[in-house]
Amino acid sequence: MLHRESGVFKTSYAADMALYPLPIARWTVAFFLVLFAVILPLSLHDYYLSIINLSLIAIVGALGLNILVGYTGQISVGHAAFMSVGAYTAANLAVNFNLPFWITLPAGGLMAALIGAIVGIPSLRIKGLYLAIATLAGQLIIEWIINHTPAISGGAQASIEVPRPAIGDHQIKTQGQLYFFLLFFAVLAIVATLNLVRSRIGRAFVAIRDQDIAAEIIGINIYRYKLLAFAISSFYAGVCGVLYTYYLGIANYEQFQIGVSIDYLAMIIIGGLGSVLGTILGAVFVTMLPIVLRLIMEPLAGLFLSSGELSSVVASTRLVLFGALIIFFLVVEPEGLNRLWRNIRNYFRTWPFSY
Amino acid sequence: MWEELQFAFALTVSGVSIGLMYSLIALGFVLVYKATDAINFAQGEFVMLAGFVAALTLAAKMPVLAAVAAAVVVMILFSFALERIVLRPLLGRPIIAVIMATIGLGAMLRGLPPITVGGETRAVSLPIGDMPVAIWSATLPPIQILGVVVTFAFLGLFTWFFKKSRMGVAMRAVADNQQVAMAMGINVERYFALAWAMAGVVSAIGGIVWGGMLGVDVHLALIGLKVFPVVILGGLDSIAGAVIGGLVIGVVESLAAGYLDPFVGGGTKDFAPYVLMIIALMFRPYGLFGTHRIERV
Repeated sequence: MLHRESGVFKTSYAADMALYPLPIARWTVAFFLVLFAVILPLSLHDYYLSIINLSLIAIVGALGLNILVGYTGQISVGHAAFMSVGAYTAANLAVNFNLPFWITLPAGGLMAALIGAIVGIPSLRIKGLYLAIATLAGQLIIEWIINHTPAISGGAQASIEVPRPAIGDHQIKTQGQLYFFLLFFAVLAIVATLNLVRSRIGRAFVAIRDQDIAAEIIGINIYRYKLLAFAISSFYAGVCGVLYTYYLGIANYEQFQIGVSIDYLAMIIIGGLGSVLGTILGAVFVTMLPIVLRLIMEPLAGLFLSSGELSSVVASTRLVLFGALIIFFLVVEPEGLNRLWRNIRNYFRTWPFSY
Repeated sequence: MWEELQFAFALTVSGVSIGLMYSLIALGFVLVYKATDAINFAQGEFVMLAGFVAALTLAAKMPVLAAVAAAVVVMILFSFALERIVLRPLLGRPIIAVIMATIGLGAMLRGLPPITVGGETRAVSLPIGDMPVAIWSATLPPIQILGVVVTFAFLGLFTWFFKKSRMGVAMRAVADNQQVAMAMGINVERYFALAWAMAGVVSAIGGIVWGGMLGVDVHLALIGLKVFPVVILGGLDSIAGAVIGGLVIGVVESLAAGYLDPFVGGGTKDFAPYVLMIIALMFRPYGLFGTHRIERV
């Protein structure tokens, strides 16, 4: 993590595989544990906690997208639609059947996985641009169906209010409680992804990304694994949608439109394709961007703009910055924030005696 | 019966004219893809940009010809710059990179107008009057007639260009195999730039025509979403395909809106083209007229 060893002194495989290669690694883990479990929730104001909560939700969704795009090399422009599938599944179950979150959450994920696998079927025959357009069609068609089926969308406004999640009799109400709730799932998603990508399945994904015909020749069933990638990715997206719904207290299709799909693509590109740490950095970065932008622009532009104009200017500036950042990272640093972080670490490995 | 026939005819005619106007936008996409293998997810934003240039020129009390010229010049320069600054460094990188770069560019272009020139809708008023033209039961606004005429003009121009002119043949060679074209003494980079410039011209005219019909604001970029069904149906690298795909999509959209909207509560116009596209992808992934590519490991 943060520490840097001065060289490689390992003499056994056991030492090489150790979870904590140096004693100090234990301390960094402990430090992060204390930071996230005690210091942050106790010291931060509710507003800042709500920003962290949004980032935690984004991390779950972005991890899913990175499994699909970064690890398996299948592009999807319809990630937000899978989130809406999860969100509406959970909302309907929670409202109509009074089910608790530990049933609606996996149910939303599984439903999204099913729909995701269906949208992924074209990936068996087509790739690249064609797949991007097919998933774009998936996004628009799912959006339309949800919007035009009152049985799913809950009537005129296409929004369903959901009750707060509850553990036993204890309802999760404040941002602080939500923080622990979301932190649990975000950590679960991170650990699951880290383990997934070095399993048999993850290696098959990487093989398909690098060259799918070659992967097929060495005996990987690419049909099964491509669909699996879509299903797993959509499962994450569905869970992300459910979490977001519980966070907002309302399921609304406007939260899951095509712009959101692009936001998530931006997260993994800015963070770094095919990297878990990069995904986390990218998700936090993209979530923070509009908030920081607002903080900066409010005192400057507040002088001669009304608040309504200000929010539209902020939204537009965010779009411009977003586009510029995507292009910048693609052209200049294709491996994203993850690479920048590695460069910084490597620089400090021998600092200040670098020769 | 007779009235139903009239209704169907009116829907079809309006679908044909709108469809041909979609083809005009799709032509820009196809030209770039055919020659440079680059995918432009920002085609709708190109059209929007051209519309803004034309609308602003007209707002400054300039004649229409000046507005057309301004739009064409700005779009050519813009396309050149895009090819140089963004797309050339991405040569040889995975296709996702190019798709994402143009998506990012699209986001940038959509964000710019509200900050710089304001978000309100602007008119592009062309001196063609607004007397609708009646063809039996159908009536077409003159701007749609203009769109159809312009589309056919470009179709004829490009057909001649690719079949007969020296540059067009060279561009086909570049599209077919860049390395061999280079070996035959064709300056591949120049033809890349030329393809983008041509796409810029098409987008400029498309922006003026569509801007004249819908007015220019950020939502004009949404017609970019219609390009994909059109080009997928017609085949990504076929100019005739873009026109026929546009016709089919336009007619299907118009008929779906006319016959299905009353039952499902609107919005079929945006939905039907994509359903048709998915079906096309399932059965003919390379479109009606596209080249089937063989991949080698």
